Amino acid sequence: MELQVRHLGKTFGSGQHRKEVLRDISFALRSGEFLSLVGSSGSGKSTILRLIAGLEQPSSGQVRVDGQAVQGPGPDRGMVFQKYSLYPWLSAAENVAFGMRLQGLPQRDINERTAYFLEVVGLQDAARKLPRELSGGMQQRVAIARTLATNPKVLLLDEPFGALDLQIREAMQDFLLQLWQRTGLTVLLITHDVEEALVLAQRVHVLAPHPGRIVSTVEVDLDKSDLNQLRLSPAFLEKRRTLAGVLRQLEPALV
Amino acid sequence: MVASATDGGGAKPLPLLSIGATPSPLVRSGLQVSSLLIPLLLWTVISALELVDGKFLPSPAAVLESLASMAREGILFQDIVASTGRVFAGFFLATLVAVPLGICMGVYPAICALCEPLIAMLRYMPAAAFIPLLIIYLGIGEEPKIALIFLGTVYFNVLMVMDAVKFVPKELIETTLTLGGRGRQVLVQVVARYSLPSIIDTLRINIATSWNLVVVAELVAAEVGLGKRIQLAQRFFRTDQIFAELIVLGLIGFAIDMGFRLLLRLSCRWAL
Ligand SMILES: Nc1ncnc2c1ncn2[C@@H]1O[C@H](COP(=O)(O)OP(=O)(O)OP(=O)(O)O)[C@@H](O)[C@H]1O
Ligand SMILES: [Mg+2]
Repeated sequence: MELQVRHLGKTFGSGQHRKEVLRDISFALRSGEFLSLVGSSGSGKSTILRLIAGLEQPSSGQVRVDGQAVQGPGPDRGMVFQKYSLYPWLSAAENVAFGMRLQGLPQRDINERTAYFLEVVGLQDAARKLPRELSGGMQQRVAIARTLATNPKVLLLDEPFGALDLQIREAMQDFLLQLWQRTGLTVLLITHDVEEALVLAQRVHVLAPHPGRIVSTVEVDLDKSDLNQLRLSPAFLEKRRTLAGVLRQLEPALV
Repeated sequence: MVASATDGGGAKPLPLLSIGATPSPLVRSGLQVSSLLIPLLLWTVISALELVDGKFLPSPAAVLESLASMAREGILFQDIVASTGRVFAGFFLATLVAVPLGICMGVYPAICALCEPLIAMLRYMPAAAFIPLLIIYLGIGEEPKIALIFLGTVYFNVLMVMDAVKFVPKELIETTLTLGGRGRQVLVQVVARYSLPSIIDTLRINIATSWNLVVVAELVAAEVGLGKRIQLAQRFFRTDQIFAELIVLGLIGFAIDMGFRLLLRLSCRWAL
């Protein structure tokens, strides 16, 4: 699988309200890779993801999956949002099953895959709970399981842990990294948290705002066998400081 | 620190009428019972002391007796069936039109732009003003009454369903699209399902309007019905019957309200 983003541009509105949000964004993502985009708030991160998902149409350029131009949303590009990600009237298991139901999979496959993916995210015991009975971290794990269950080629994550408090966020990062290492997923993660990007991704693209464009790319070649150790290691802290510096420079002076 | 009425320990409860005060369950039930009991008591006392001519204000006993005799003669049952039948028929049709239309208007801005101005205007034409037209078009049978109830509730239902639909989080709709959901699946399985509690609540509120309109319709032309009976009673100066029918109207309306609340509870546990 290859996801290609080619010279992508997006402008909202027209006339006086015209706003160029993205300019000439290009990058690629291959099977099994973990890529992250970091940028400050308003730099157009979500817009990039929405263009890839097919929820918006590009003003210029294209998104291609295996050579095919993306026309609209589809289950080959699974998306997990930061908030409101679960159907509140369905139990965790029914949420996981929902995408497969939409696609009309046979009931037996649905049951099997639901059980399997709940186990993958470690929530087999919460299968019958309603979303409101689950913690924020568990809810996001259900949302990830639901997306994985529809067998997407790439997982698009839009600040999936942004609404969680720090400790749970770190636990979820550990969870996502292990999931990726175990299952060979292809992930595109969007975040404004430099640490999150460095902990998880193999490569980080930095986005400058107004209009959003990629200004630098960092390869993360660190030992990720123990994340707690990684977070405190000098090599990691150095990378983190550099990247945070790059981002700070991009911000117009804050008043 | 602001004192809280729910504080345990020796904390002094807030005065009942301060903002944020919640009365204890016992006090609450007491107040609710008094809400009905006090007027009943006043009524009993006033008629027992004959402060008002019994012809104008019949005693509770007389009203009860009149209720019982109408029930014995079968009139009451007949009236209830006729009136509720009209309400349910008209309101059912209004719901049948309003729910799908309201959902489409809430989801598709184009459909909203096409329909909203017209509906916003129609809604300000008092339904009762359509009675003469309805009689000309549909005669004096059941049809004009059902049509009146339909006209009197359909616009409010549409607009309120549309508003309810606008509260469906965009993320939930988009998630469904990225999971492979198609237009109809999104509308029925996500938008309608998410808004169901608000839709049920909308119907609960608006059926009160049809309950008002059925009486208006029956005053104009009907053989039976609670509204019709009230009009007949006026002709014979039977205030006891009028009171009895009014109480029945109130009770049935209350029962319908409770019915919708129950439906909400049973079908939307997740939203409570
Ligand atoms: N549908 C739209 N119409 C007009 N402007 C939009 C639209 N969607 C996004 N924008 C604008 O595009 C810019 C980038 O938005 P986007 O949501 O992509 O940023 P982001 O990097 O995800 O920010 P955040 O970190 O706050 O989520 C913002 O200035 C926003 O106002
Ligand atoms: Mg965003």
